[in-house]
Amino acid sequence: MLAFTIRRLIQSIGVMLVVSLIAFVMFRFVGDPVDQMVGLETTIEEREILREQLGLNDATPVQFLRFVGNAIQGDFGVSYQFKRPVATILGERMPATLELAFVSAILALVAGIPMGVYTALRRESVLSKLFLMISLIGVSLPTFLIGILFIFLFAVVFQILPSFGRGEIVDLGWWRTGLLTSSGLKALILPSITLALFQMTLIMRLVRSEMLEVLRTDYIKFCQARGLRSRSVNFGHALKNTLVPVITIAGLQIGSLIAFAIITETVFQWPGMGLLFLQAVQNVDIPIMAAYLLLIAFLFVMINMAVDMLYVVVDPRIRIGGGEE
Amino acid sequence: MSVVEQSDRPGFIARMRDTDIWYSFVRNRIVMLAAFITIVIFLGALFAPLVAPHNPFDLASLSLMDSLVPPAWMEESDPRYLLGTDDQGRDILSAIIYGARISLAVGFASVAFAAVLGISLGLLAGYLGGRTDAIIMRIADVQLTFPSILIALLIDGSVRGIFGGQFSREDSAFYVLVLSIGLSFWVQYARTVRSSTLVEKNKEYVQAARLIGLHPIKIMLRHVLPNVTGPVLVIATINLALAIITEATLSFLGVGIPSTQPSLGTLIRIGNDFLFSGEWWITIFPGIALAVLALAINLLGDWLRDVLNPRLR
Repeated sequence: MLAFTIRRLIQSIGVMLVVSLIAFVMFRFVGDPVDQMVGLETTIEEREILREQLGLNDATPVQFLRFVGNAIQGDFGVSYQFKRPVATILGERMPATLELAFVSAILALVAGIPMGVYTALRRESVLSKLFLMISLIGVSLPTFLIGILFIFLFAVVFQILPSFGRGEIVDLGWWRTGLLTSSGLKALILPSITLALFQMTLIMRLVRSEMLEVLRTDYIKFCQARGLRSRSVNFGHALKNTLVPVITIAGLQIGSLIAFAIITETVFQWPGMGLLFLQAVQNVDIPIMAAYLLLIAFLFVMINMAVDMLYVVVDPRIRIGGGEE
Repeated sequence: MSVVEQSDRPGFIARMRDTDIWYSFVRNRIVMLAAFITIVIFLGALFAPLVAPHNPFDLASLSLMDSLVPPAWMEESDPRYLLGTDDQGRDILSAIIYGARISLAVGFASVAFAAVLGISLGLLAGYLGGRTDAIIMRIADVQLTFPSILIALLIDGSVRGIFGGQFSREDSAFYVLVLSIGLSFWVQYARTVRSSTLVEKNKEYVQAARLIGLHPIKIMLRHVLPNVTGPVLVIATINLALAIITEATLSFLGVGIPSTQPSLGTLIRIGNDFLFSGEWWITIFPGIALAVLALAINLLGDWLRDVLNPRLR
């Protein structure tokens, strides 16, 4: 177990180093950082001084090491657009994105798992077919289109829900939350459903196919033959054994939730990191792009590791197999 | 048993009708409908100048008097514009047909680019092995951890940062999109081709080719490649729908095709500004077109995967 953890840790550090190399190359070679910082009237001598101060004349490996060192300390430079430290801006935007992603993840799990179980148990019922059809549409429709349709229906036609922004925000000092006011909660409904829909269909399809597979096995038949109540067979025995792949996919999807939030945040003008990143791409604001890339990479790596650790906790077979390796 | 004497070989169509694929195609009504819709949209996009009732890019024919006309079945509509017009007086139906043309062009080009890149790297990794393999597959692993839309956005931003000043948006948008979508999709091809190459490499015909001293590149292209391309077709079909959706998403986000030559995604973005003032048709109709196109291609791809996958039979 310890060896496994250490091996995964080394792999993760490797991935992070590769990503920071990419971020560094973007940061250093896409556009001239000095050009972005100074005005047109700056003389060449002044530019040279700034260049020296920023350490842009040092050897590239030295610059890379400094970049990584700064990044570890949370210093990603200054945004070209806003002329403020990138870390501060990201910190302000992060709560909005995390709240959105968290609520969407809960929605996707709470709706997706029961729907998956239901469609697996009652394969021929009308409701199952309806669920499957919705899931096909959910997979095929682009996220932004679903968002626009929601806005059209609920904000334009029925006018019952807000279509943009976060509503009223409560400042907790270190975290600005929209979860405590009714307007904040209302504003959360459409974006979170939009973001959750794709993940929900994914989880539903996964639970369904895993359940169908497990229900065919001998031990389930044995449970039924012993006369156990069907609820305990279906949920206590069958569902429990489908959870390993569900945890994997659901865990990995949390990362994509945050990335796909870029689209949802743009459609609903949700003031999160995704919207910030998109504005950075549009204006070629490299420090924000590089920092966002590193942040997402870090999240993904952490989630991957957490998922691998969870496996070992959930599935005793892996524990034994891992020991032999 | 008795057909041995039959001398004339059945024609191509007759042979096609005898295959499992045709049988499963005819039996499945939804797949037939999806194929029909896909073909109609493809043909419409291909012959857009002949099919479209107006030319939305001919500035001389546009008139601001005709702007924001609702669809033909609503009040104050104009029978010349079946689905209404946008803020510049462009016919929505024609704009959709021309937009589908651009969306499909980007889709096909980026899938082709991703496939060529992925197949080449997969062949190299699988055939050469060793350090080449390790480097290529590690890059693939790292890239696979990120959603492709994020990678496409990053590449898009970087490319525009590098070449931003040199070309105008209109000229470069298409190539920037193909580059970003292609580069974000290659991994799947590389992995598939690599794993089949690993199997093929040890077969006798490859060993024979190596024994007579053929150049490795020739062996890869002439001998291994034809034997590993089967699964690529399925990936390419499913990827086409994904590429079209990615293009639409990027264009919707404002980093794709500019509004002078709008694709479906650009049309939806333009119309999105008018959603609240009541002109819903500008965004909803292109949206429906995009959804139907993506759904039809997805259905075909799913079906193709099931039919061509021997394990599911």
